[in-house]
Amino acid sequence: MSSAERTGRGALTALAASVLLVVIVAALFPWLLSGTDPLQTDVRQALLPPSAEHWFGTDQSGRDVYARVVHGAGRSLGIGVLATGLALVTGMLLGTASGVAPRLLDTAAMRANDVLLAFPEFFLALVVVALLGPGPVNVAIGVTLAAAPVYVRLARVQTQVLRRAEHVEAARILGVPPVRAFVRHVAPGVLGSLSVLATIGLGTSVLAAAGLSFLGLGPAEPAPEWGLMLAGGRNVLGQAWWISLFPGLAITATVLAASFLGRILRARVEGRTL
Amino acid sequence: MSATSARQNTAGLQVEGLSVRIEGRPLVDGVSFAVRPGRCLALLGESGAGKTLTVRALLGLLPEGAESDAAVLEIDGVDARGLGERAWRTVRGARIALVSQDALVSLDPLRRIGAEVAEPLEIHRRRSGLTRDARSEQVRALLGAVAIPDPVRRMRQYPHELSGGLRQRALIASALAASPAVLVADEPTTALDATVQARVLDLLREIADRGTAVVLVSHDIGAVRRIADDVVVLKDGVVVERGTAAQVLATPVQEYTRELVRAGSIAPRTGRAEPGGVVLRAIGVGKSFDRPVLQDASFVLRQGMTLGVVGESGSGKTTLARILVGVERPDAGTLERSESTPRVQLVPQNPLGAFDPRWTVGRSLREALEAGGVRRGLRAERAAALLAEVGLDPELARRRPLQLSGGQRQRAAIARALAANPEVLVLDEPVSALDATVRARILTLLVRLQRDRGLTMVLISHDLDVVAAVADEVLVLRDGIVVEQGRVAEIFTDPRHPFTRALIEAGAGGAGRHGSVADVDPGRGGQDAGEQLDLP
Repeated sequence: MSSAERTGRGALTALAASVLLVVIVAALFPWLLSGTDPLQTDVRQALLPPSAEHWFGTDQSGRDVYARVVHGAGRSLGIGVLATGLALVTGMLLGTASGVAPRLLDTAAMRANDVLLAFPEFFLALVVVALLGPGPVNVAIGVTLAAAPVYVRLARVQTQVLRRAEHVEAARILGVPPVRAFVRHVAPGVLGSLSVLATIGLGTSVLAAAGLSFLGLGPAEPAPEWGLMLAGGRNVLGQAWWISLFPGLAITATVLAASFLGRILRARVEGRTL
Repeated sequence: MSATSARQNTAGLQVEGLSVRIEGRPLVDGVSFAVRPGRCLALLGESGAGKTLTVRALLGLLPEGAESDAAVLEIDGVDARGLGERAWRTVRGARIALVSQDALVSLDPLRRIGAEVAEPLEIHRRRSGLTRDARSEQVRALLGAVAIPDPVRRMRQYPHELSGGLRQRALIASALAASPAVLVADEPTTALDATVQARVLDLLREIADRGTAVVLVSHDIGAVRRIADDVVVLKDGVVVERGTAAQVLATPVQEYTRELVRAGSIAPRTGRAEPGGVVLRAIGVGKSFDRPVLQDASFVLRQGMTLGVVGESGSGKTTLARILVGVERPDAGTLERSESTPRVQLVPQNPLGAFDPRWTVGRSLREALEAGGVRRGLRAERAAALLAEVGLDPELARRRPLQLSGGQRQRAAIARALAANPEVLVLDEPVSALDATVRARILTLLVRLQRDRGLTMVLISHDLDVVAAVADEVLVLRDGIVVEQGRVAEIFTDPRHPFTRALIEAGAGGAGRHGSVADVDPGRGGQDAGEQLDLP
């Protein structure tokens, strides 16, 4: 890698980190970035283009799009983060259990997992939400179940590798009880691998959640949520492109930044460059 | 290119004032030597002496960021100074070739041996001008020339189907394919068992005798003594001593060389305490996986003695170690222990793998102390004491295993095994991965620990010198069967089994440079049938 490339990568990393930082601030403290009420309607101000007063313009009901993008961050991000966290926990529990289970049980669990892995993630999430009914909680459950098989698989493989690793056997020979050796030497290693996968998977989950909201399966109007806002502007895209564009940009920037940082992190952990 | 340079020697390899710098630091500094066709020169030195960088400079394969210059660098009459990558490609393989350390990683696992050996022929086709059939014929001839039995069958096999010795031979065949004038062998035998080592070395000698200039890079005095004509001793990138092999090895001038030579020939141990009562008695112990790996092993361990277990890879040594420490259950025979169960601890083969890579050495030691029942408040102090006992700075407790040198790691592994205050210490190849001088120091440490603590030791090794240095009794394993056992002094002076005799001859590097070694297979099941010799 040349020094120019290195500088370029450093700048990209800084950019991705700043994007993520802004999105996180918006999610946690939206009032810091926008004092306008995202639910405030004003029909006289409907469909105004971006201006000094309304940075991102206004929608059909005259609501400020900037305020809605900022206030929507928490909901949009929250579902993805929650789903990723739940997928990680599920993967950790089922994967390590399968990794130490008797062969027959392990095989049965893994074949079932393979069936889930065979479906496209988004499709799987869609089916789950269709069965459970719409709503943000069900979207989170759907995205979790769709993402979890990858985590289960990785956790199982890592468990099997680590429990046979020389250092784990060395601990056993020293007289460390098996359960303690597992908790100390195997579980932290597995969790480390899963955390790295989670930082990469976060972007995908946010995207899936926004996609389901776009289809009207997530939070209901008038709650601000990026996917929902994207759908809301669809019919007036010709006159008022800004209603869909800005939430769309927010989703894109967040997903790209999260995936990029995730990959950087993985490269760090694995001790290599991209 | 070569037209203008002085060609007093006409061929072979000539190096004068070779230096290699990385980030401005000279790691090889003013190295000069010459090898004429038919001669074998050894570059001798410990790891970090600059041997590998020198070799890479000879082949134009320096790592990124390294710069080299030389007053003379003449390979087979070609001036190789300042060649571009394109020009190097016509030199590499055709005029100078490399046999590297580990044949398993150097051969493409997905290509058949035949294709691998044929590759240099294809690349340098313009010189050799061969058709496909002629090439295949030549590959067969090459495999025959490096004494690979049944070359037609071997050509169709993949590297993993060959034993270590055969793989190394295949690698040599591919290096010889484009008939280079100079052959560089970088630690060609470190990964091999003793008897196989001897045969590969003899092959290199034969290649030199057929008129190739051979450069042997090694830290192994035995290997150098066996085949080299001349020796250049490197230390910190500088030549500290040079001369004929006989002269340098017999009467080394420099202290550094003397230490290397001394470490290379480990003195058998003398003057030891009388062994005490029986600690452990093995009667007819055996173990099978898909095939029997250990059969009917019987021996007695007395307090304070050392049992050496010798054999080549796959002979069942490690299985025996695992049975002794209790991670493997024998499926035949019994282990009888004295009064209470004696505490048996293992020093594993690979100390790097045996420590949790995320933990500091101190934390691993404290865990071992915890498992040994030491109270929490005392553990840090005891860990420091253990490190001091094995000759390590207690400050090293803060490092992670990757931040230690090989010798330090081995000491740390020994310290950890001592944490549980064992009566019996099982050491699985404790020094095989170490340089000769470090190896000698670790063996001294083991002897001292045994004396201080009254330890009973089981030392597993493929190296007879190591066993002779530490053991009282020895057990020779072959294909899981004990072929010979008894007191070290008796077995070494009067070996009864031909396998033991072959081991001893192979180990004694000086035993006749051109003398033949009994051709005995290391014992890797049926797959090596070609290399096997029927034993009574």
